[in-house]
Amino acid sequence: MNNVIVRDYDIPANDFTAAGEASSSVRKILVQLGVSPYVVKRTSIAMYEAEINAVIHGHGGKAHVEIDGSKVYIRISDEGPGIPDLELAMQEGYSTAPDSIREMGFGAGMGLSNIKKHSDIMKIDTEVNKGTTVHITVFFNAI
Amino acid sequence: MEQAYFHSVTLDKDKCKGCTNCIKHCPTEAIRVRSNKAVIIRERCIDCGECIRVCPYHAKKAVTDSPDILKGYKYKIALPAPSLYGQFGPPYSRERIISALLQMGFDYVFEVARAAEIVTQASEIFLQSDDIKTPVISSACPAVVRLIQVRFPNLIDNLLKIESPMEVAAALAKQEVHEKYGIPYEDMGAFFLSPCAAKVTSVKAPYENKKSRVDGVLAIKDIYLPLLELMKKQKGGVPEPFSLSSAIGVAWAGTGGESDALDRGRRIAVHGIKNINDILEQAVQESLDNIDFIEALACPEGCLGGPLTVENPFIAKVNLKNEIEKIKKSDAHKIKKIESVDEFIWKSTVEYRPIMKLDDDMMKALEKMQMIDELTEGLPGLDCGACGAPSCRALAEDIVRENARETDCIFKLREKVSDIANQLHQID
Repeated sequence: MNNVIVRDYDIPANDFTAAGEASSSVRKILVQLGVSPYVVKRTSIAMYEAEINAVIHGHGGKAHVEIDGSKVYIRISDEGPGIPDLELAMQEGYSTAPDSIREMGFGAGMGLSNIKKHSDIMKIDTEVNKGTTVHITVFFNAI
Repeated sequence: MEQAYFHSVTLDKDKCKGCTNCIKHCPTEAIRVRSNKAVIIRERCIDCGECIRVCPYHAKKAVTDSPDILKGYKYKIALPAPSLYGQFGPPYSRERIISALLQMGFDYVFEVARAAEIVTQASEIFLQSDDIKTPVISSACPAVVRLIQVRFPNLIDNLLKIESPMEVAAALAKQEVHEKYGIPYEDMGAFFLSPCAAKVTSVKAPYENKKSRVDGVLAIKDIYLPLLELMKKQKGGVPEPFSLSSAIGVAWAGTGGESDALDRGRRIAVHGIKNINDILEQAVQESLDNIDFIEALACPEGCLGGPLTVENPFIAKVNLKNEIEKIKKSDAHKIKKIESVDEFIWKSTVEYRPIMKLDDDMMKALEKMQMIDELTEGLPGLDCGACGAPSCRALAEDIVRENARETDCIFKLREKVSDIANQLHQID
């Protein structure tokens, strides 16, 4: 049987008050499904980072989530400026966030490497001036 | 009664009108209205007392011990929560309150504020160890610990693994009485004078299922009037009966007391169950990496706003502030240094209680989740509460859990009635 829970969220641009709502909602679903706390935690952190990135850099965007019996797949896409040098952006501590954002405690440059650390598969499609899509997969059972 | 699900918060059926105030305010969606009466889902309740606060008919109450319980013990020790001092205005100092407790029939008074100071010192030592997870979350409020147990399993490791001031007070009081007067432990009873329901639950059903050293819990509101009467009659100077706590311990009653007393890192003081829920959501996402310590008290204005207190929390706050200023000026009460904290560290941790889970089998849980999604789609989305559930989605969940029917929704019922009417019309 094809049991997939699908959720779609809008990520508003530059709105920190709503940032994190999508990952919070996904966390609640995973808890209801009885997914282990460890997996819930990894998913929340990875998704939250990607969500915040879309708010800060991508002028907002969309989150698409699919959950089945073995994994959660998250796709966060924006139509922002894209990432010119992905390898550089993946480094810990690298950040292009403006000072105004850093003052709020965001933009410390841990985002992408943190997503990678907390997911089992991470893939980024990005094109300068077109936008960025981050694909995150977290498996329920360690592989 | 099943020990694991003992609750202090209960319903007085006769007073309940079946309105929707409590279901809407419950942070764990633990209340439903069925057949015009509220029903508390026992395994979900965290005893925060929010429903007691919002019920306009006073149908929600906290079960505490009756003062008659004192009769069963030869030697009675009072453990007043520091919030007790905030209940009385200027003429009624801490010394007078303590004297009145002795007049009331207690043989000894051990301030929970004294234990709070020890917990402060133990916390400072705990926070220096290398293997802690930040932000460390205070475990002093039992409703917060229970909220974490049911909703935030990932934060269990962040809890401050130190006994609450109430437990520490009971242990030390009994030890002190035994050493001073040679009273055998079995003759003693230690009674917490409580601002809240959650503490009753912690005594009757402690998290780790071990026995609490507290023998009974009396509500501050139940002893308020007798204390006031006794204080009014006190003549002349009031003897300062015991070694009293410093300002640090007394300040624990209000918000900021516990966190300000710690002398390290960035600390925040959060109060009100909704605010706590919000901050814990952030902690789970690890977006609080610049915060070292979270003081979390479920009641607005901390324990001064507890549902078993009498005075308005803001007035209680100024009363307490006056008392604290006085203690600071007098310089008579210094904090006593402790040597070892080991005996106050939790021996085990609290467990995750996955009560939100839809099914033990994940495939079945997924199916149920899909059914809930579909049902929610068909409901009006007004979250009116008329069905007895706090939201349309909660009703959908109840239907899937076979605790409710779709026609509990008055809009669905109206559709159905109108369909039947149409069918009848066609038969005509």
